[in-house]
Amino acid sequence: MKSRGGNPKSEIRNPKEEGGGSGGNQGLRAIGAGAFPFALFALTAIGAEVGMRATGTEYCLTQLTMALYYALVTLGLCLVMGYAGQVSLGHGAFFALGGYTSAVLTTHDVSWLQGGTLAPWLKSARLLVARQDSYGSSLLTVSPWAAFLAAMVLVTAVACLIGYPALRLRGHYLAMATLAFGVIVNKMLLASSLAGAADGINGVPEWHLAGGLTVSGKGLARAQNYYLACAMVLLTVLVLRNLVHSRVGRALQAIHDGETYAAAMGIDTARYKLKVFVLSALLAAMAGVFFTHYTGGISPSEAGAFKSVRYVALATAGGMGNLWGVAVMSTALNYCSLRGWFGSYDNAVFGALLILLVSLAPEGPLKPLGTWLRGLAGKRWVPRPAAGERRAASETTASRAAEGRAGRGAA
Amino acid sequence: MTGENLALQYLLSGITKGSVYAAVAVGFNLIYSATGVLNLAQGEFVMLGGMVAVTLAQYVALPVAVSGAVVIVALTGCLLEILFFRKLDRHSVLHLIIITIGLSIVLQEAALHIWDEKVRSLPYFTGNEVSSVHFLGATISPQVLWVLGTVGVTVLALQGFLHYTLQGRAMRACSSNPEAAMLAGINLRTMRTLAFGLSAGLGALAGCVISPITMTQYEMGTPLAIKGFAGAILGGLGNPMAGVLGGLLVGVLEAASVSRLPAAYNDVAAFAVLLLVLFVRPRGLFGAGNAGSVREG
Amino acid sequence: MSAISGPHKRGVTGVVSGCARLVTATLLGVVLAIQSASAAGQPKPIKIGALFSVTGPASFLGAPEAKTARLLIDKLNASGGVGGRKFELVLKDTGGSPEKAVSFARQLIEEDKVLAIIGPSTSGETMQIKSLCEENKMILISCAAAEVIVNPVAKYVFKVPQNDGQAVTWIYRTMKEKGIRKIAVLSSNDGYGAAGRKQLQELSKAEGIEIVADEVYDRQATDLSDILTKVKSKSGLQAVVNWSIVPAQSIVPKNMRQMGLDVPLFQSLGFANRKYIEQAGVAAEGILFPAGRLLIAEDLPEDHPQKKVLVTYKHDYEAAYHEEVSTFGGHVYDALMIVVEGLKEAGGPDREKVRDAIEHLKGFVGTDGIFNYSAADHTGLDMNAFEMLTVKGGKFTTYKK
Repeated sequence: MKSRGGNPKSEIRNPKEEGGGSGGNQGLRAIGAGAFPFALFALTAIGAEVGMRATGTEYCLTQLTMALYYALVTLGLCLVMGYAGQVSLGHGAFFALGGYTSAVLTTHDVSWLQGGTLAPWLKSARLLVARQDSYGSSLLTVSPWAAFLAAMVLVTAVACLIGYPALRLRGHYLAMATLAFGVIVNKMLLASSLAGAADGINGVPEWHLAGGLTVSGKGLARAQNYYLACAMVLLTVLVLRNLVHSRVGRALQAIHDGETYAAAMGIDTARYKLKVFVLSALLAAMAGVFFTHYTGGISPSEAGAFKSVRYVALATAGGMGNLWGVAVMSTALNYCSLRGWFGSYDNAVFGALLILLVSLAPEGPLKPLGTWLRGLAGKRWVPRPAAGERRAASETTASRAAEGRAGRGAA
Repeated sequence: MTGENLALQYLLSGITKGSVYAAVAVGFNLIYSATGVLNLAQGEFVMLGGMVAVTLAQYVALPVAVSGAVVIVALTGCLLEILFFRKLDRHSVLHLIIITIGLSIVLQEAALHIWDEKVRSLPYFTGNEVSSVHFLGATISPQVLWVLGTVGVTVLALQGFLHYTLQGRAMRACSSNPEAAMLAGINLRTMRTLAFGLSAGLGALAGCVISPITMTQYEMGTPLAIKGFAGAILGGLGNPMAGVLGGLLVGVLEAASVSRLPAAYNDVAAFAVLLLVLFVRPRGLFGAGNAGSVREG
Repeated sequence: MSAISGPHKRGVTGVVSGCARLVTATLLGVVLAIQSASAAGQPKPIKIGALFSVTGPASFLGAPEAKTARLLIDKLNASGGVGGRKFELVLKDTGGSPEKAVSFARQLIEEDKVLAIIGPSTSGETMQIKSLCEENKMILISCAAAEVIVNPVAKYVFKVPQNDGQAVTWIYRTMKEKGIRKIAVLSSNDGYGAAGRKQLQELSKAEGIEIVADEVYDRQATDLSDILTKVKSKSGLQAVVNWSIVPAQSIVPKNMRQMGLDVPLFQSLGFANRKYIEQAGVAAEGILFPAGRLLIAEDLPEDHPQKKVLVTYKHDYEAAYHEEVSTFGGHVYDALMIVVEGLKEAGGPDREKVRDAIEHLKGFVGTDGIFNYSAADHTGLDMNAFEMLTVKGGKFTTYKK
């Protein structure tokens, strides 16, 4: 009887991934099983909106939309923490950088360019846009699309700049580096009058995406924006899931289980870690841009340590490697917080959540639920080693996991 | 003020701030050395020490209040270790960091609800708010000397404890080679609890002695922890004296930044230097080689 | 926890973990439904919404504000309410976080459908919800002092604290009387400090004051002697103005006096609480600051129009909470009583009528001063709302030239 005591972290590996697919039947089932959560999420989302419309409580959609945008950040963090095993205590800074770039560019008046040669060309290229602010005075500002692109470029650059040296660190040192980065961004925003200093920026305009789709806080566009946010979360999970099931994902899993050994096997760990870090930063920035246009403003607290820690808490609450778990829990908890259900104990709830979940259910609370349900379903699913490949595969996992753990113990 | 006086005054201001950070860094280092856990809730122990002492000081004399606060917070630290960190073996660095962050938040909120949001402080140990010690044309508050003195005595006492007493050596054994320590009959769990309790007590002492300078408020823990952490890493984890020097250095860097740049950037400057050190020499400026593998290797 | 094996594994695992998600999703849906259902429904009392930063970085402002709100609503209800209808206070703690302010404001407007919103505590949060309230025709009476809240004027947005600009003008005029021309400006990096700094900069030229040092510090700074060293090194310095809330406003005087920087120190009205004198100890002597008359209520002459209101509020608050009254709590007193007054004038909770009534309010006696609103002026207070106060012998007194 083979002892299977594997590293609990190998559980992060989605069982659907194992095996090359022995036959079209299993392949179809795989697609079916994989598509099931998407369909479920979409159904729940639609159900929620229809239900709210029926009971006349559409205003709840506002908080849901905000929570969904925050979930994007947590999903990115899930990738970094759950799959690459790196801690980041500064992700709020990326959210803020994205949001602020967009906010500053779309509210700052560049009318002084009017007379010059660049202006007409920029306007026709849709990079600049003339509009009115809420008090009626006319402004010439950067268009939201151009601002979005600028935000993405800026955040990629910053993430590479910080990530390249930082990700060579480990554990506490990486935590401190990301924390320091977050503090630097926070304080710089507070010190900058261009960024509105402590009051932040308000009056950020709507963003016409395409056709009739607009990112805006107006009551009429509420359902539209809600579905947009849902779609973005769905899309993100799809992309990340594909990433996780690809070679990149397997490399990340190897890195998570034991960096030294992954490196010894020829995986360029630095490059993979950096890629994942930059991707998660871009996700956070994108969420920031959409959020800012939705609420019409942004403030420096988004870059603060408290916010960043919250994202970590939410990623943990969902089960660090569990994309769907993170999406659901993150949305749910942020929704509750934004509705004010936690009242004055808001921070305490997140703190307690962190402690309890990590101590009691490191893989996230949804996994034990799933296991329990599986157990309910009876003896047929008691694990037993299958023949051939599967045994070999599980042995490698177990041995690699054991080595990884010993390696970490010695480090 | 003359040029040299000005520079000296900046230096003394930097030392004033730095002494506060150094006081926090000592506790960080102890827990790290003994258990490998970097306790991001250390700042809350500092805050609790001040809060408890202020409450006690309403009823008893100052020295008794301070001692009482140290004992109470030390016991709290032991309790927290037993509750949350006993299952230490199963957790990765990531999990530990997250637990300590959660602990820090919960302690802070608890303090808010036990006491309130108001600011309070202990009286100055000697002198009052305006007394100053003159030193070559620059001035410094006597309380800062108290802080430096306390930190110095604490570090010396710690070194003595860790190197010359049985318990202390047992603690060091636990951190450098847990398996061997267990084989030698040392109870790892007790050692860890002791380390936590000691660290919490030291944090509380720091909280009491800095209270007249910084004032005590329920949310003072987090920024102090961040700066203390920065100081400990800048100096080099694992070495208490290095942590103290690191903390002082952070304070002096801030003061130096203020002398040249707008004051709004002083935190930015300090953390930028910290980032630089982390990238170039992660084991810290004075770090011992046994800080553990730090880089991707 | 081990992997399941067998040819059914993939499908079953998918279904089973799908079940787990289904359960969660259902729970979520049920919770949402219950919560939405309970959010619908309209009880009888007049609802007044309140957004305060009871916890978090602005708790200094929000905690006394929340206490005052509860105290006052209870008092009003005990005396039967207004027009036979009682009040219901819907209070939300934003924790100083602007996105929560936005979220809760929407809730108050769309779900609770309150008559008016009192608060928020900080200018940053107010600015984030200003256009929201204006678009939704919701009366907002802010407890924050930034001028930009009422300038440009929004029909539905009022404020009760004195303008920062007026406070600064008081400070500058007092300085001129004392022959002070060169000053240093210190402010904290939060919204409160930033607003004060802005006014100090803008009004300095007109009043003939030269700012030789202008430094912003972190509001949680534990020691400011390095900044004061920089300030001290400026030649010809005659006074220092510090605009912040605790703890910095106690740290600055201590550091100054300890360093031997003995020039006059002016602070903002945030200093108006006896606890801050205690904390600054001996260093508090001689600090000058403009404030409403709440702190010196007992010293006012009997025929002073504000005396009765101030003394009553002070006694009520201190009896209920056993702590010093604070001017920030006073803002809420004014805001609520203004709404009540508007309600009485309008004859009923019709928002348009109440808004009009508020805008036409004249001679209303509050803790911050005597209010005279108009279509162009949604602050309602003038320079007479202030007194220049100072600290003598450990007590607040009026500053006499």
